[in-house]
Order: sequence, then C-alpha cells, then structure tokens
Amino acid sequence: MYKYDQIDQKLVDERVNQYSDQLHRYLNKELSDEEFRPLRLQNGLYIQRHAPMLRVAIPYGMLSSKQLRKLADIADKFDRGYGHFSTRQNIQFNWPKLENTPKILKELAEVEMHAIQTSGNCIRNITTDQFAGATPDEIIDPRYIAEIIRQWSTFHPEFALLPRKFKISVTGSAKDRALVQAHDIGLEFSKNTIGKMVIKVWVGGGLGRTPVIGSVIREELEWQHILTYCEAILRVYNLYGRRDNMYKARIKILVKALGIDEFRRLVEKEWAFIKDGPNTIDEKELNRVASFFTAPDYKKSKSINLDKFIDNKHFVKWLSRNTHSHKIKGYRSVTLSLKANHNAPGDATAKQMHAVAELADKYSFSELRVSHEQNLILADVEESQLYELWEQAKLYNLTTPNIGLLTDIICCPGGDFCSLANAKSIPIAESIQTLFDDMDYLHDIGDISLNISGCMNACGHHHVGHIGVLGVDKDGSEWYQVTLGGDQGNNASIGKVIGPSFSSEEMPIVVKKIIDVYVQQRHEGELFIDCVKRIGIEPFKSRVYGDEV
Amino acid sequence: MTTIKSQLIYDKTIIKDEWLTIELPKINVEVKKQAGKVVLFKLTGEEYPTEEQVNKAVFPSSGKILLHLKVLIKHQELLKNRIKNQDIGFWFATHEEIEDSLLLLGDINQFPLIAVNIEKFSDGRIFSRGKQLRIKYGFNKTLRAFGDVLRDQLFFLKRSGFNSYLIRKDRDAIDALKGLNDFSNPYQGALDTINPAWKRIKR
Ligand code: SF4
Repeated sequence: MYKYDQIDQKLVDERVNQYSDQLHRYLNKELSDEEFRPLRLQNGLYIQRHAPMLRVAIPYGMLSSKQLRKLADIADKFDRGYGHFSTRQNIQFNWPKLENTPKILKELAEVEMHAIQTSGNCIRNITTDQFAGATPDEIIDPRYIAEIIRQWSTFHPEFALLPRKFKISVTGSAKDRALVQAHDIGLEFSKNTIGKMVIKVWVGGGLGRTPVIGSVIREELEWQHILTYCEAILRVYNLYGRRDNMYKARIKILVKALGIDEFRRLVEKEWAFIKDGPNTIDEKELNRVASFFTAPDYKKSKSINLDKFIDNKHFVKWLSRNTHSHKIKGYRSVTLSLKANHNAPGDATAKQMHAVAELADKYSFSELRVSHEQNLILADVEESQLYELWEQAKLYNLTTPNIGLLTDIICCPGGDFCSLANAKSIPIAESIQTLFDDMDYLHDIGDISLNISGCMNACGHHHVGHIGVLGVDKDGSEWYQVTLGGDQGNNASIGKVIGPSFSSEEMPIVVKKIIDVYVQQRHEGELFIDCVKRIGIEPFKSRVYGDEV
Repeated sequence: MTTIKSQLIYDKTIIKDEWLTIELPKINVEVKKQAGKVVLFKLTGEEYPTEEQVNKAVFPSSGKILLHLKVLIKHQELLKNRIKNQDIGFWFATHEEIEDSLLLLGDINQFPLIAVNIEKFSDGRIFSRGKQLRIKYGFNKTLRAFGDVLRDQLFFLKRSGFNSYLIRKDRDAIDALKGLNDFSNPYQGALDTINPAWKRIKR
C-alpha cells in the first residue's frame, strides 16, 4: 500500500492549515457563503439537512487497519459512533460540528488521510477494482496507476474549478468491476499484442440526470502519456463545458453535443502541445510507485478441502457468496457485508470498524478495501483461516451471506441525510430487505443488483442496477420510479423505466412481483439480468401494473 | 516597510498599476436566439462583444492602455507607434476564443501585457486560458488576471502562467499575497515549477 513521504505529508499538513484559515475567515465574515462554498466542498464539507457532512477520501478504496481505527475513533469522538461508506469508495460522517472539522482533518493527516477533492467541481477520488492485486483475471494492477493519477490530480492548478465534478476510474482486469464506462474518464489498462502496457480511454460516461455510456476516444494509448492525455481532455472540457446550467455541465453533455469525433479532434489539438512534456511518466517513476503495491508475503498455502464444512449451511452459503477467487493458490478475498437487514447499506459502527481492523491485522496483512458496492473487503485471506474469520466476523453482524444477491442493495444516503434528495432511500432498502429475509430464497434468486438513489444525481447508481429505484418528487410527496435491465461491467447498459412511479409502501411488493416473473420465466441456470434481456420488460410491466395476460 | 496603496500584485509584491484598462461600452442588445449548428461558445451560453461595442469603444490618445482584443485589432494600424513604445496591452474574457484574432496580431510578444477578465471567481476557464497563452501561443511577458480575483485562487493562477493579479476592489491585496504560498511543494509540473515532484526531488 502507498506510504507517504515528506512531500505527501507536507501537502496534507499544509492543506489542514489552509482549510483552517479559510474556515476562520468564513466565520469572521471575510468570506461570503458563496465564496466559501467551493472551498469547503473541495474539502469534502457539505451543509446538510441536520448538520454538516464530511466526506473523507479513501484513495481507490485502500485502507490500512491503522487508518480504519482512526476512522472509528473519529466516528466516536466527533460523530454519533458510525460512518457511511459511499459508492465512491469514500467514507462520510453525517454529524460533525463545523468548528470541529479542522480538528478532524488534523487527526486524519496523522494517518495519511484527508478530505481533499472529495466534493466540488474538481477531479474526485480515483476509483478502481476492489479486488485489485488479488484477482486472478488481472492483467495490470490498477492501483499504482491510480496513485500516479491521484498525485497528479491533487490540487491540479488548471482543473481546480471545472464546470462540474469529474470522476476517473481505472481497471486492469478482463472483467471490469470499476464501471469505467460510466465515468467522465474511464481507463482500461491491458497489454497489446506485443506485450506492451496500453490504455483504452473512455470519455463522457456518467450516471446522474442524463445517464450515458462513455465513448472510446483512444483505443490504445501508451501508458507514458496517461497524464498529458487526461490533461488535454480536461482542458477541452474546462474551456467548453457548459457553466450556465449545472444539469448540463458534465463532460458527457459536451461530448454528446460535439460528437466524439469533433471532441477527439479538439483533444488531439491540445495534446500536441503537451505530449512528451514534463508530466510524461517514465519507467523509473512507474516502478517507484508500483513498488508500494508489491504482493504481500503470501505463505505457501495449500488449497484446503472445505468439504468438511458441508453441513454448516450458513458457512457454505457465506463461502459461495462472500468470498472471491484469488490469484494465489490457497487464498481467497473476503467481502464483509455492510448490508445486514435493518442496517442502512454502507453504514458501519465504530465498533464494527474496530473489529474489521482487528480481522485485517489477523488475517489479511493489515489492509482492507472499500468496494463501490459499499462493502468491506479483506483481499488476502488464507483458505485455512476462513472458518475462524467467519466465526469472528459473525459476532459483529458482518457475515450476511448476500454479496451479489438481492439484499446487497446499493443505496445512497437519500432524504434522511442529503439535502438534494427527492425521497428517502434507506427505508426503501430496509423494507425490501425485510420482505426478502429468507436466505434460501435469496440464494435461489441468485445474482442480481438492486440500486437505489434518492434523486437524479444517482449516487446510488440506480441506472446500472438490474433493478433500479429512483426517488422522484410529485407534488411534494415521495415517489419511486423503477427501471429494469441496467447493468455494469463490460456489458454496461442503462435500465429502462417500466412505467409510472410507486409509493414507498408499494415498493417491496413491486420488487416481489418482478422477482416472481423471473422465477416463473427463467430457463435453467439463467440469471435475472439475462432473463430480462431475453424476455424484455413487458412481462414485468404487465405483472406489476396488474394487467396480466 | 512602506506599503503602496494598490490592488495590484506583480510576482510577489504589491505595485502601482501603470495601466489604464479600457472597458467596452455597455450597450443594450436584443438577444437573438440562434438555432442550428452547435458553435463552441454558444455551448457555454455567453456572448462575445458586439461590433457596435467594439466600434464605440473610446480610449485616450496617450499613456499605457489595456484594450479589448477586438478593439486593438480594429485600431492596430493607428496604434502602431504606441505598440512599438510598449504602451499597448490587450485583454479578453475567459469565454472568448482568441486563436483567430491572434493570427491578425502578429508576434504576441510585442505586447508587454495581456490580461484575462474573470467575471466570477469560480470560473476555472481562466487557468486554461493562462496555460494556452504560455504554451500554445508562446506568450512570455506579463500575464494579468483581473475582475473577480480573490486570495484563494491565486495559488492556482500562479501555477497556470499568471504573474500579475489585480485583486477585487473590496479585498485586501496584502492579505491576498498569502494565497500565493498555500503549498510549498506541489505534485504536478505546471507553469511556475515545470517539473513534477518526482523529477524535482529524490523521492
Ligand atoms: S442521489 Fe441524490 S439523494 Fe442520493 S446522495 Fe446523491 S444527491 Fe443525495
């Protein structure tokens, strides 16, 4: 994992000072609300419904156990004893006091953490595959590339005040778990036919009000040029992205308006002036950063025969859903579920965080990751220790065997916390989880994703959920629009709206009806999403709206 | 230390402003909605100075003056000697494309000062304009930011090629100076420190 040197530490320390001073000037009325706004946002501070919300960066989702303990302590000391892991692989605190925020940042800096650029119209946290470095289908470890981009984008002077937020995602695996096609820039690393590392560059993807799957701007970019090429893209966007209408300000709108060919022409024109310039990376720098992400000290560990646990139904279920194959024989990656029933998706208590830190120390080289599905991952666990780990994690309600199942709901904070919301989202997740509490049934339904956002901003990624739920406002009351057939990964697609929206009471039943149609219509072994793609949304529609044929 | 009462920062010090900025006359124009092809500046929804504004601009016949780029182009012949005397600079706003106009001007470095007007401090286009002037158009004289210029943007302006900042009237320029030093060792190479951290320092 990346370790700060003096340069990193100094920047973060100076940031704490800068921010403290800005807050001081704001409280002193030397800065207006409007002037302070972008400054606080670029430090992750929102003014929310009840209190400010502070979003702390977890670069590409990697955390050490030490950092997690600090987050737990902050939750205890400055918040109400819990934090919310977001779909951007960040953590949010919902109840800090404004005047305490500099103190929180100071404490974070002690463990090489910060809240830089976690919000505002700038380049946000770089995200990647939660199984990076451990998954067998990996071609290139995306984490060191993400770290190089993180450094380059931190306080980038030219892109400090973009038309709108800007999100970059990196993947280096055959199977894309980083949603690269739904990002402002998506970078897909691979090797070309002669074994050289190259990047397929996607641009103009995004969810939000106008969901768009990105376009390929370059099929094969040489890795040395990654920063200058991103710079050229961002310059074109910075200059020509709309600033008059915040709903049309994302890069996807610009790419659509110009067309990808014209957009590419402008980018190439800018790039010509900076290509091979000082920000070009070389082998030495690549290796320096990569050296932080070398494989941990794996033991020569044999695959163990897990058959002896066959009678332990719960453990076997957990094994099949919550662990992921590993590139090293005898190891697996474990997902600790933050989606237990009656738990707001992604929320973890300080107690749970301490427990996970403990487990990471004991079983996974003191490291963990946050997934964009809002769960916590121990990436390198020996198979022989899985049972032990499971038993301990169970004590903290972290072993719900529902990863990838219906109740592994992705859900934004919604109307309970977020001031932009049209509707609440957490209670919807909860009512669905309550209705579907039979684990056997959930396993029978199999792989399915259900994503909920409280408004168009789509923090819950509802467009790419197999079932998507979006909070909408109708005459001042809360309603929910349902989409079907969204998908992420290499076959990303945007879900289709099935019809008029529903009240919150209707929602669990609607989901139930959708599942019923699938169970009746599926072919042997056919997944929900494949079934939807095969039969279309009509059969679901007629069942849900009661007009059965 | 004697302090100069001025809103202008050059490099790292406050100096007197020798230049007179000639604004464009305000003329009410009927806004016509233009249908059809997507034009870049139309995308951003902002208007360019109208011909009438350019034609009606008046300026003194001597002294150092900063003219709007379009006004300068219109009077280029007439101003030949003043340009030679280094008495003419030009300005434009963050949303204006200048490439075609620059072609008409000839050597950009015959002008000792170019200024970019920023209407709203949150308009980050100014940074890209600075960068373009320096690397794409090769401008190596004084580059000034004016308009809604505030302390918390100075560090970024400095790194984007600016070396002159006219601080908004109601703010203290001495206080603003502090903004130039927010960070001592930034990561990426930019226009003040060309190389990225990993090339400057052994890491
Ligand atoms: S989707 Fe809307 S309601 Fe949900 S967190 Fe984002 S902005 Fe808030």
